[in-house]
Amino acid sequence: MTFQEISALIVAQFPGVAIDADTKGPQPILIVPVEKIDAICAFLHQDSRLYFDFLACITAMDNGPGLATMEVIYNLTSIPYHTDLTIKVVFPRNAADTALPSVPTVSHIWRTADWHEREAYDLMGIYFEGHPDLRRILLPEDWEGHPLRRDYNVQDRYHGIYVRYEDGGPDQELVGPDRT
Amino acid sequence: MSERPKTGDGGIILTNAEDLMNWARLSSLWPMGFGIACCAIEMMATYASNYDLERFGIMPRPSPRQSDVMIVAGTVTFKMADRIRRLYEQMPEPRYVISMGSCSNCGGPYWEHGYHVVKGVDRIIPVDVYVPGCPPRPEALIGGFMKLQEKIRNTKEVAPALFLEMEAAEPVTT
Repeated sequence: MTFQEISALIVAQFPGVAIDADTKGPQPILIVPVEKIDAICAFLHQDSRLYFDFLACITAMDNGPGLATMEVIYNLTSIPYHTDLTIKVVFPRNAADTALPSVPTVSHIWRTADWHEREAYDLMGIYFEGHPDLRRILLPEDWEGHPLRRDYNVQDRYHGIYVRYEDGGPDQELVGPDRT
Repeated sequence: MSERPKTGDGGIILTNAEDLMNWARLSSLWPMGFGIACCAIEMMATYASNYDLERFGIMPRPSPRQSDVMIVAGTVTFKMADRIRRLYEQMPEPRYVISMGSCSNCGGPYWEHGYHVVKGVDRIIPVDVYVPGCPPRPEALIGGFMKLQEKIRNTKEVAPALFLEMEAAEPVTT
């Protein structure tokens, strides 16, 4: 099934939903509204003509404070039909000290999404609504901020240890929770 | 097969307790068996038959409580830092630390943009020997061990602080 046929099926299933396509690149991308991503994914997963049973990857992108948008990209594969599909959602980015942008979870459709969404939350600061266990996955629980954001500033110290190379040379006093 | 009975007329070695103690310590350095990143692959190669660390009396122990040396073989992340500090504190004294490779020496390739990397394990625990390299070859790690042996050979034990305090508190009666 071609990209055009798949997008036609989605348009027919979700009338009135603004669905856009970006076919400029080598890989055509379907751009859908962020609040519909879980419904569209459930349709893609369950429909017998599509059967996208494999979520290959979730990628999160930060376009920076200038554009003030973020993106989440889903790479789907239908193993029985040998087709691939890339879906993207674009949504506004939050400013500092405001609530994180929210995207509906797809972890109830593909279990793979569970850890991918936790990673996107950990490094990019995207809140996945309905996720069963949205904790940091790579960084320590008490880390401050989301490091892959364009305007990220690393914290000065973590548990008393200087984070930046230039802070504190080899003669620095050994510090820590039990030493400070 | 001829029997060789014990006659009791073996040789005599004269030494002092300090040298004997140092010799015993440096001849059976037991590192803690743990590795954190790619340097650990080279460390394992050093343990294995080609380089055979055991010929120096060095064999890995599965518990920090049975270890003398900690080889920090790899990138120390902030998440790992607390664990490394705890493992170090669980080791009985005298204990030694070999920092293996650029990452644990100074942060290595992560020195500038690695928000998650401790810029040198010496920021959390004291280090005795730094082995440079990315990763260091097994020969370099063996060289690090030999440096550590040299350091131990030249140590002069000081009396425990508690003992000195007790001695000072109790006036010696003659």
